[in-house]
Amino acid sequence: MAHTSQFCTFYLDSLLFGVDLQGVQEVIRNLDMTQVPLAPGVVRGLINLRGQIVTAIDLRQRLGLTAPAAGALPMNVVVRSEDGAVSLLVDEIGDVAEVDEAAFERSPETLTGPVRAMILGVYKLDGRLLHVLDKEKACQVGETVAVAH
Amino acid sequence: MDEIVKDFLIESNENLDRLDQELVKLESEPSSKELLASIFRTIHTIKGSCGFLGFTRLEKVAHAGESLLSRLRDGLLALNEEVTSGLLAMVDAVRQMLAEIQSTAHDGENDYTELREDLKRLQGIEGTPAESASPVARDAVEPTVAPKHETASAMSDPSPVPIGAKALAAPVKNTRAVGSDGKQRRPSAGKIGGLLVERGSVTPEALALALQEQEGGDQRRLGEILVALGLCKVEDILGAQQILESRGRESGVETVRVGVNLLDRLMNLVGELVLARNQLLQFASSTHDPGFLAVTQRMNLIATELQGEVMKTRMQPIGNVWNKFPRTVRDLSHSCGKEVRLEMEGQDTELDRTIIEAIKDPLTHLVRNSMDHGIEVPEARKRAGKDGMGVLKLRAFHEGGQVNIEISDDGAGLNGERIRQKALDRGLITPQQAAQMSDRDVFNLIFLPGFSTADKITNVSGRGVGMDVVKTNVEKIGGLVDVQSSPGRGTTVRVKIPLTLAIIPALIVTCAGDRFAIPQVNLLELVRLESDEVEKGIEKVHGVPVHRLRGRLLPLVYLNRELQLPEEDVTGDGAVNIVVLQADERQFGLIVDKINDTEEIVVKPLRKQLKTLKTFAGSSIMGDGRVALILDVMGVAQRANVIAELREDHGMGDKASLAATAAEKLRYLLFAGPGESRMAVPLDTLARLEELPASQVERAGTHWVAQYRGQILPLVNLEFALQERRRSRQQAKFMANTATAPLQVLVCHHEGRAVGLVVEKILDIVEDAAELKYPASRPGVLYSTVIQEKVTELIDIPAILSSSGLSSTASGTAVANAAEAGS
Repeated sequence: MAHTSQFCTFYLDSLLFGVDLQGVQEVIRNLDMTQVPLAPGVVRGLINLRGQIVTAIDLRQRLGLTAPAAGALPMNVVVRSEDGAVSLLVDEIGDVAEVDEAAFERSPETLTGPVRAMILGVYKLDGRLLHVLDKEKACQVGETVAVAH
Repeated sequence: MDEIVKDFLIESNENLDRLDQELVKLESEPSSKELLASIFRTIHTIKGSCGFLGFTRLEKVAHAGESLLSRLRDGLLALNEEVTSGLLAMVDAVRQMLAEIQSTAHDGENDYTELREDLKRLQGIEGTPAESASPVARDAVEPTVAPKHETASAMSDPSPVPIGAKALAAPVKNTRAVGSDGKQRRPSAGKIGGLLVERGSVTPEALALALQEQEGGDQRRLGEILVALGLCKVEDILGAQQILESRGRESGVETVRVGVNLLDRLMNLVGELVLARNQLLQFASSTHDPGFLAVTQRMNLIATELQGEVMKTRMQPIGNVWNKFPRTVRDLSHSCGKEVRLEMEGQDTELDRTIIEAIKDPLTHLVRNSMDHGIEVPEARKRAGKDGMGVLKLRAFHEGGQVNIEISDDGAGLNGERIRQKALDRGLITPQQAAQMSDRDVFNLIFLPGFSTADKITNVSGRGVGMDVVKTNVEKIGGLVDVQSSPGRGTTVRVKIPLTLAIIPALIVTCAGDRFAIPQVNLLELVRLESDEVEKGIEKVHGVPVHRLRGRLLPLVYLNRELQLPEEDVTGDGAVNIVVLQADERQFGLIVDKINDTEEIVVKPLRKQLKTLKTFAGSSIMGDGRVALILDVMGVAQRANVIAELREDHGMGDKASLAATAAEKLRYLLFAGPGESRMAVPLDTLARLEELPASQVERAGTHWVAQYRGQILPLVNLEFALQERRRSRQQAKFMANTATAPLQVLVCHHEGRAVGLVVEKILDIVEDAAELKYPASRPGVLYSTVIQEKVTELIDIPAILSSSGLSSTASGTAVANAAEAGS
């Protein structure tokens, strides 16, 4: 079993994603959120995680997916990034997946655009693909803001 | 690393910092025996510890220094610049070796042979002992009643100089040998003996006898010997012991070394506690259980007090940063060939540790700048009729929850023309702006980033090397920098910084259903317009909302519009809440839906993702556990263009923003000048417009003044100020012309105080770009332009005031008063 890795999996718009389990601090239900005016759209707001203020990022929007259905309550996957904890908002939480390194393949060249940098590659699972998310890249929204201004 | 080595390092580094100062001080008062003794002791302690810990190289260097010092102390050598430099070099070497020990636990490979040779050579200089130095030092210890004197002086001296039998019995010359041999012989015996003599319980002779017994091998304690010999009563000994014990408690374990990390953790925990307390208070307000309410009240008080005390542990006197300046100033004055005296005032002013860290470098830079470019060489100073010795003054004081630090020199001052020209050359300002800028605005150009790249040599006034970095660093911690200068008289840089960053008082407001915190530092007042007052209270200047606050127009900013939040009338009563805020030196009114309360909030910085938002300074957790954003008042003001003009005025913005604002419209106050002429002045140069009854005008010396808001307001009648100079007669006529009608007064701030400009009639306030310019036809006028399709003269207030004799005459109190009035 030396060549397996563990991923915390979650769903976004019926796609299966995963982040390295080591980098995940915790998974929590929808929390009360304070919106941040003028912030880039992907920043959904700030949450109070037991006294720690954590930025919540709308992962759907970050990955260029469609907006969630109205009234849907997202889940928080709190990851440890270089700049402290960041919450990634996802539709639904999956299992912890143990995958074989041999099943990994890089993203095809045809996947282009900003999303390409955030998806490290995929694991070919039974009947579906597990997208591996680069959490650091996903959390870097500050730079895009700078460009947008 | 061994605990003992760590302690040695901490202690030695502290001692070294003191040494630097003491050596510099010693240079100015070479006869000070205490200073020499203290310096000697420090080096001696370091040397002793090194030998014990096995740092032989360090020991050798310290030893060389000690030998030199002992010759100084014994008056065999006179202190001169060379010796001081040698000693300072020794201190530097010791410091380097300590750093080496810190990182490698070893005192390094460098033997500092050269330095030691140098110190030895200095020792050998057969200088005639300084007339002033040695005899005084000797006289001070010349015995009159030898034993008693010695005992007493040793008592008051905290150093471990033992009072042995020899010290008492032998003539005084030997006491030095005893003092410097460093052995501590029964210090308690000496202490109690001294105290007994002091209290008159025993005679010095009796004490000497008892001490001799002890020297002779008697193992009993001094008190026991005295009692046994029948020289003293038991009660006296017991009484003296008690006094000694209580003294020990007072001077002994007063302080404990605590790691900074621990303090920071404590601070964080207190922050959390404050949050929990806020939550508890909120919860308590919804219950009616008296027992619970009482407990929360107590809890509230305790938490507040705890917070205050923990904050205090993080406070450090600013002197900690200043301590290194005497050395900096000494070294720089030698290398620049200048004579400079450093004066410091308010060293005890306390600041949060994090802030102390943050201002260390900017302050050093400012001091270096003053030394480098501010103060002239002695010859130039004398030519200018000043004392050859320049003065560099550091001043710190608390004011309104903030700390002011001033760095002033009495040097050449800034050359406004040069700066203006240079800013023009570099394209930092447009010629048009250059013409409009007041000197003060011009001086502030030195904080522009582009300015700092200048090479020092061509820049005669010189300032501005890295000044933008100073400004950025100070602003990073929520501070302000301002520079004032008068040619030939010197320059003052004032830095205003907050006391602490961690927990701040803030006003909580609601806007579009969300709460926002506004730091109280920026808050001036709250204005509420009831629904029936709104229409009258909010006027429009070409569509831009303003409110007349005590006769002055206050630009209004809608928070929900600025933050692009939906507009909703939460209160439903149509009333408008205006939060009057101060951003930089500009005031504006922020309209919010609801004003909640003031609260102490714990500032949590925003993460990287949101750092780019200039409108928010951070976030905080409210009593109900939700997150609220802290508004950055400067950021909001900039976003709303409230201070766009200011940026232009002060030249603080970058080139792009300057160019962008250049053609923007300014608001002008139109008024009738002498002889039916139309005149104007930019509205932001004025503080207020007032109507004063003629009866209020009084005469003070050569000036006409009026009592205004509890202060004395000097008045200048524009009609006469613009005419040819016949001042005495004009002033006399002042009343005659204005005796009947009330005076229309433009109040403005000039050189830090309020001055009133009396005009014929106030016409209007207009917004205009005023692009056309025609050169001025008379002094006191900047240029003529076209406003509202009529030719209008733009007056030059500073020029008018200075020609009316109101410039640079501000006394200390007048400045203080004006500052009060302005705040």
